[in-house]
Amino acid sequence: MKQGRGGARGAPAGRTRWSEFAIVALIRVLGFSTVGFVLLIFAFLLREGLPVFFELPASTLLGRLWYPTFGSFGALPLILGSLLVTLLAVLIALPLGVASAVFIREVAPRWAREVLKPLIEVLAGIPSVVLGFFGMSVVAPLVRQWLGAPTGLTAFTGALVLAYMSLPTIISVAEDALDAVPRGYRDAGLAMGATRWQTTWRVVVPAGRSGVIIAGMLGMGRAIGETMAVMMVTGNAARLPLDAAALFKPVRTMTATIAAEMGEVARGGVHYHALFGIGILLFVLTFLINLAAARTILRRRRKGGLR
Amino acid sequence: MAGDGAGVKFTVRELGVRYGERLALRDVSMDIAEKKITALIGPSGCGKSTFLRCLNRMNDTISGARARGRILLDGADILAPGTDVVALRQRVGMVFQRPNPFPQSVFDNVAFGPRVLGLASGRLLASLVESGLRAADLWDEVKDGLAQDALALSLGQQQRLCIARTIAVAPEVILMDEPCSALDPISTLRVEELMRTLAARYTIVIVTHNMHQAARVSDFTGFFWIGEDQAGLLAEYGATAQVFTRPRDRRTEDYITGRFG
Ligand SMILES: Nc1ncnc2c1ncn2[C@@H]1O[C@H](COP(=O)(O)OP(=O)(O)O)[C@@H](O)[C@H]1O
Ligand SMILES: [Mg+2]
Repeated sequence: MKQGRGGARGAPAGRTRWSEFAIVALIRVLGFSTVGFVLLIFAFLLREGLPVFFELPASTLLGRLWYPTFGSFGALPLILGSLLVTLLAVLIALPLGVASAVFIREVAPRWAREVLKPLIEVLAGIPSVVLGFFGMSVVAPLVRQWLGAPTGLTAFTGALVLAYMSLPTIISVAEDALDAVPRGYRDAGLAMGATRWQTTWRVVVPAGRSGVIIAGMLGMGRAIGETMAVMMVTGNAARLPLDAAALFKPVRTMTATIAAEMGEVARGGVHYHALFGIGILLFVLTFLINLAAARTILRRRRKGGLR
Repeated sequence: MAGDGAGVKFTVRELGVRYGERLALRDVSMDIAEKKITALIGPSGCGKSTFLRCLNRMNDTISGARARGRILLDGADILAPGTDVVALRQRVGMVFQRPNPFPQSVFDNVAFGPRVLGLASGRLLASLVESGLRAADLWDEVKDGLAQDALALSLGQQQRLCIARTIAVAPEVILMDEPCSALDPISTLRVEELMRTLAARYTIVIVTHNMHQAARVSDFTGFFWIGEDQAGLLAEYGATAQVFTRPRDRRTEDYITGRFG
């Protein structure tokens, strides 16, 4: 049929084919150049950061002291600081996010859903400086009062702000996961005499569990890379967070270190390379988290559990 | 009407159902006999599923659906305001057109109802699951794989699993909406045999597009039709043998002799 039409009106078909070709070529160029830029950035990161691994022995790099002025580049406090704040943030945000998604999806009347969804998108768009400022001027004093501690700028404060920042991601991904749960599961639960709540918690949420896990991982990816807000509320003391009390003391993350120190280092020096080395580590961590999320998505597709 | 001799489970009077403004079912009255199989047949879109979903108020889950009239279950009106639909659905279970086991293990599927309703736990739960699976004629096939994913079963097995899951909450009535339409002929036969066995203990109402199935398994048959105003209606209702051999209604006769396709 297609051919017949082409034969009848040769010229338009030819032009269509040409513009088709041009569009495909353009898209291909754009696609490849995006990949190219990512690779370029990664290459740059490697070039600037890799030298540190030769300049300093591994024992120094994994040392407990980050004190660049005295040539001490132990990244362990920064790594643990980032992990602590990020994990705590996800621990706070995941239950809240899933609960919000359940509310939006299963409980809220339609009008509330239509208000809430765009509202959450707006939340995602708040600049992180603004949130950092809010954290610094509102959350931190509250934390200080509550703890009776000398400062409110703590790992916990950072986790609260990060949790807030990763909520939109978690909510929307979890909501998609719930949305993808076939109606038949819900019907089956209800038809057996389960209440709406029982159906939601025992059927719908478990059926969407891989999506919920993905939501958590993407939220974590969002949190670990966050810089500005974290820098403003965690106090930035590069101390090793090893005990539970460390939660309520200042910490410093990898991102905050890079942002705070990059401006004052000599280009090409050990400190400069060390900061880029942290950048590589951050990149690898984020990459691994996203990879894990992608694998979960793939496995879910292959299993065909969701239709 | 139908149900002579046996007890009456449902008494439906002047039931009408709307989806928004659209009237989907008009003025249906019928008595459904206890511990018998009642089949509902008719062209698609005539309101069979709609009628069935009224019997356990699953229509409530469809926004805009409204039912009027009376449906008495053992004498009590289930359409009355204040009816406990959760308790109702425990008494009146449902098996759907597409097998819809939960993406969980075989065991957890059958255990779902008893767990949620707090009927049993531990050893008692295990024996409840076993008897459910036995009643659904599935036990021998899955007894060595109770922990396997229910979605790994064949469609026919999945549908029997859904029946087992429904039985496990000890309902009085089982509604089935075209339960065999996704199954192959052999699985279909097994489900039909199963229905005959279950009829000894449960009241069964089945919607089917397969007239042979209705003729084979049911005791009573209701024939639905689409009226001139596009609303579904109950054109004929009686003992299956009578409806299929001596239909009183012209439309029934034309339909079962295949004149409507
Ligand atoms: N969820 C729904 N929303 C709106 N209209 C519906 C819905 N379900 C069924 N209907 C309408 O009700 C009528 C009867 O449908 P249904 O009960 O599914 O018929 P059957 O099961 O006999 O094929 C149809 O005209 C259909 O369009
Ligand atoms: Mg139907």
